[in-house]
Amino acid sequence: MLEIKNLHARIAEGREILKGIDLVVGAGEVHAIMGPNGSGKSTLAGVLAGRPGYVVSEGSILYEGRDLTPLTPDERARAGIFLAFQYPVEIPGVNNMYFLRAALNAVRRERGEADLDAGQFLKAVRAKLKLLEIEDDLLKRGVNVGFSGGEKKRNEIFQMAMLEPKLALLDETDSGLDIDALRVVAGGINKLRSPERAIVLITHYQRLLDYVEPDRIHVLSDGRFVMSGDKSLAAELEKHGYAMLGTAA
Amino acid sequence: MTGSAQTLDQLRALGEGYKYGFVTDIESEQAPPGLNEDVVRFISAKKREPQWLLDWRLESYRRWQQMESPHWARLRIAPIDYQAASYYSAPKSDNGPKSLDEVDPELLRTYEKLGIPLHERAALAGVAVDAVFDSVSVATTFKAKLGELGVIFCSFGEAVREHPELVRKYLGSVVPQGDNFFAALNSAVFSDGSFVYVPQGLRCPMELSTYFRINAAKTGQFERTLIIADKGSYVSYLEGCTAPQRDENQLHAAVVELIALEDAEIKYSTVQNWYPGDAEGKGGIYNFVTKRGVCRGARAKISWTQVETGSAITWKYPSCILEGDHSVGEFYSVAITNNLQQADTGTKMIHLGRNTSSTILSKGISAGRGQNTYRGLVRIQPKAEGARNYTQCDSLLIGDKCGAHTVPYIEVRNPSARVEHEATTSKISDDQMFYCQQRGLKPEDALSLIVNGFCKEVLKELPMEFAVEAQKLLAVSLEGSVG
Repeated sequence: MLEIKNLHARIAEGREILKGIDLVVGAGEVHAIMGPNGSGKSTLAGVLAGRPGYVVSEGSILYEGRDLTPLTPDERARAGIFLAFQYPVEIPGVNNMYFLRAALNAVRRERGEADLDAGQFLKAVRAKLKLLEIEDDLLKRGVNVGFSGGEKKRNEIFQMAMLEPKLALLDETDSGLDIDALRVVAGGINKLRSPERAIVLITHYQRLLDYVEPDRIHVLSDGRFVMSGDKSLAAELEKHGYAMLGTAA
Repeated sequence: MTGSAQTLDQLRALGEGYKYGFVTDIESEQAPPGLNEDVVRFISAKKREPQWLLDWRLESYRRWQQMESPHWARLRIAPIDYQAASYYSAPKSDNGPKSLDEVDPELLRTYEKLGIPLHERAALAGVAVDAVFDSVSVATTFKAKLGELGVIFCSFGEAVREHPELVRKYLGSVVPQGDNFFAALNSAVFSDGSFVYVPQGLRCPMELSTYFRINAAKTGQFERTLIIADKGSYVSYLEGCTAPQRDENQLHAAVVELIALEDAEIKYSTVQNWYPGDAEGKGGIYNFVTKRGVCRGARAKISWTQVETGSAITWKYPSCILEGDHSVGEFYSVAITNNLQQADTGTKMIHLGRNTSSTILSKGISAGRGQNTYRGLVRIQPKAEGARNYTQCDSLLIGDKCGAHTVPYIEVRNPSARVEHEATTSKISDDQMFYCQQRGLKPEDALSLIVNGFCKEVLKELPMEFAVEAQKLLAVSLEGSVG
């Protein structure tokens, strides 16, 4: 699904942040990327989604066997890459449902599927709400406008469920959530695990991994993976803190 | 949701750029270029007007000669040679068409291209259309049906012939001949336009609509609209405008007068899409328009809604004079400037009566090198006890070469007044664009979505059919502003 080789990336006209990343994520796998603040976690998510402002200076990113780097953010999205934002953006005056329907139809068209009309869309929405066990109170409001931190994250997971991506990147989706909200979000992620879908969880804390069990954990420090292992690595990190990484922390 | 639900789909179906830029090949009769008393007499004679109206025009012409083009607006206007334009252009025929069957088929095809089927069968249910082509009104649909209810909806020329008492009573009563340079010019040479009278107590059951089209080269368009809502009546009126793509600037100087008597309500909506000129600022319409309404009786209400996307230069301030106690004025505006377009637009709310209230909601969008100015006056006169105004002006910038300006004038002469003014300026953020794109929307669709969200409070004031049209126009107007 995703194959990253020796990836170097920097901020446009700025310093290098990713200094040689190698990562292979297969369909059906859940990988967690952990690391201290400033280690490059969000940059990695941004580079994969095509966020403007980053320059890939070396290395390659293959997604389903093709080079991802020349694609625009919307082309990547329509190809099945979804980024759950650490800080979801407000779009005043745009109804959340309307936004989601426009997005879904854009993605569906790319997949060669017909647009959903209002009725079909509503039906799909209800089904996903039920699956994720979340309330529909967010849907009638403007996109992320006046949402609490927890509501924003819940909305990201809901969008992901509707858009059914092949590769989901979750950037600190657990940050700022209380324990109940964390359970709802984690429950949603678990329901969206599937043999066809790869999920990359980016997180600072181990606690999300108590609810979502990853296949692999990678520890990022100063732009490089310094450790990789199975889920037991998380517990070790929890015990010793990022200090165990030595100088980087 | 409403009309916005289909926008993105419709955007895809839309062609590029200005799609109304075609020219209709039709024989027309034009006055020779230039302006003098003889031309005024010629226009009046062509229209077989009574002496009083000719005298009124001549008086206007004399006043116009004494006046100067206004220069207080934040606009750069190349000098206009008023002697170079023709002041009358009409599709050639001996008399005005009596019914749709007599209208030149070429003209009907033009209106079909514009999306205005004139044939009543095909006409949008509930919308009666008066179409003005260059200087003359060519067809009015649903006339008979409206007539049965006592509603008069006809061309201005016809109103002069059939209802001279009403025209004579109200013409110039809201916008006097010498009001301003462009209004005086219009009063001298106005060609045609629409006339509406809604009788006492009647709620007009259909939207009334006029489509204006400038076709001929080197002509100005000077239409005149007069709407009278008698006591306790209601009418909703829509106006749409297009023009062919031409390299020279063309002048459009219209006058609209609204009179709402006691307990009457007039809702006036405009979607203005005159040719804006090309990306280098060549050509385009000069839209210098005077629109004003008066709430003459108690509890009357006048509501202006405008979506201004076209024209090289827009100079326009639809206003309300709130004479009657408890009368209400509203102004909802979206103005877009892209490329080298300039707009100086806003409103005037003149509070004369007690407990009058007004609301101003203005959304300005600047892209490219466009310059967009909101200019608005709120005046509370000494007798306007308990008057209230709420004003909100929001500006949205796209890119870093455009400008947004807000120039409010507030004059309060009664201590009991409550006047509120809020203004914001924001820029479409890269984060908003990236968020939309990350969900699969193309940059142009993302922009259109964000802009539509910004304008939502105004767009929802438009009648349904117009709201959808307006959203499409917003998208087309902003083409090329992201890349």
